[in-house]
Amino acid sequence: MSKPVINWFRYASPLTFYPLAGRLIPWFWTLAAIFGVLGLTIGFLLAPTDAQQGEGYRIIFLHVPASWMSMFIYLVMAFWAAIGLAFNFRLSGMMASALAPTGALFAFLSLWTGALWGKPMWGTWWVWDARLTSELILLFLYIGFIALQASIDDPRRADKAGAILALVGVVNVPIIYFSVQWWNTLHQGASVSLTRAPSMARLMLWGMLLCTLACWMYSIAIALMRVRTIMLERERHTDWVRELLADKE
Amino acid sequence: MVESIRAVIGRDLRLAMRRQADIVAAMFFFIIVVSLFPLGVGPEAAQLRRLAPGVLWVAALLATMLSLPRLFADDHRDGTLEQLALAPQPLALIVLGKVIAHWLVAGLPLVLLAPLLGIQFDLAGDALAVLTLSLLIGTPALSGIGAIGAALTLGVRGGGVLLSLLVLPLYIPVLIFGAGSVDATLSGLGPQAHLSLLGALALGGVFFAPWPTAAALRVALE
Repeated sequence: MSKPVINWFRYASPLTFYPLAGRLIPWFWTLAAIFGVLGLTIGFLLAPTDAQQGEGYRIIFLHVPASWMSMFIYLVMAFWAAIGLAFNFRLSGMMASALAPTGALFAFLSLWTGALWGKPMWGTWWVWDARLTSELILLFLYIGFIALQASIDDPRRADKAGAILALVGVVNVPIIYFSVQWWNTLHQGASVSLTRAPSMARLMLWGMLLCTLACWMYSIAIALMRVRTIMLERERHTDWVRELLADKE
Repeated sequence: MVESIRAVIGRDLRLAMRRQADIVAAMFFFIIVVSLFPLGVGPEAAQLRRLAPGVLWVAALLATMLSLPRLFADDHRDGTLEQLALAPQPLALIVLGKVIAHWLVAGLPLVLLAPLLGIQFDLAGDALAVLTLSLLIGTPALSGIGAIGAALTLGVRGGGVLLSLLVLPLYIPVLIFGAGSVDATLSGLGPQAHLSLLGALALGGVFFAPWPTAAALRVALE
């Protein structure tokens, strides 16, 4: 068999991925810090005050990135789940379970900051708006995934069961999203909508994008840290983990 | 192909008929949950009429969910499931048979009870008919989607609670269109749109659910 030019599967094994992840983590933390400082500086110091919402709108710099990340991480999780089912890599299942808590955290943050934003702007903590409801359901899906994995002792079985659930969820997310949207719009016109004025100040947009990048880098860094811990825990019977731990002591 | 499905349905129905207490218990659970609502929110007819679609549908979801663990647990315990997985017929086909049998045992009784309970909530004739029709169309989807959850939680610690956590979020679209069809009738809009979407969900659910269910069963049997 001829050797391929690039070995795509070189880092698919915990043995090779563990040190790589260790080298990458500081970089992602640094990037997260840089983007975070830049984004928050623009967001809190430079961006103009909103004409209608005053200073209260500034929670957008956490709210929107958190909502985007919560949806994006679910897709990434389902992607790793599908890879894991198709190629039977151990690492893919570990990645999926490492991503789930971060995704759940962002879904929760998005709901929480949304409530904080909603109280001064709409005068209520919660409305059954289509977007709020579908974000809540996304949180439920994350919780279901984490609970399923937590209650299965055999990690390989937990990976596969979780992968099936994540894929079923990803097929269902659009259905749920549209059903919730129709549910609300069939009854009455939305009394409150999250849509902003189309002409958003350029600085606001930049601040939001930088904050999103910061959240993104943070997610990668924390997921890599978590996946390293999972690797050590699951591979503790192997030689490389023993050697690694022996070196540390 | 049809024979193997029919054989699975026949077998599951025969087993269910030997344990009629389970079916009756699930039916009475449905009746009791629905009857609790007037006690909780008060007996005004106008208010009950507004609540009826949602209450009946939520109760139907819960009653279906309660009967889901039985779908595979008994076969798993006595080893039948392994034999079924080894059979030359595709496992998904066998699962389809079991889903149909589950609907006949757990879904159909709810459909038949619904008009009676609807009368208690002071629903008029056309709303009653739409309620029953929506349950008739929607409950197969509940059995299909629920089978995925039942297979994933097979032999898992704390299976019952976990099952509700996995399955109930996936039931949301069925609930929305099912209850929505009755609401639309009550407000004079006509239930066609909701019922069509509900039918699409049911067809999609019953058609596609057996594959992930079969995959999950194979994971559980490893």
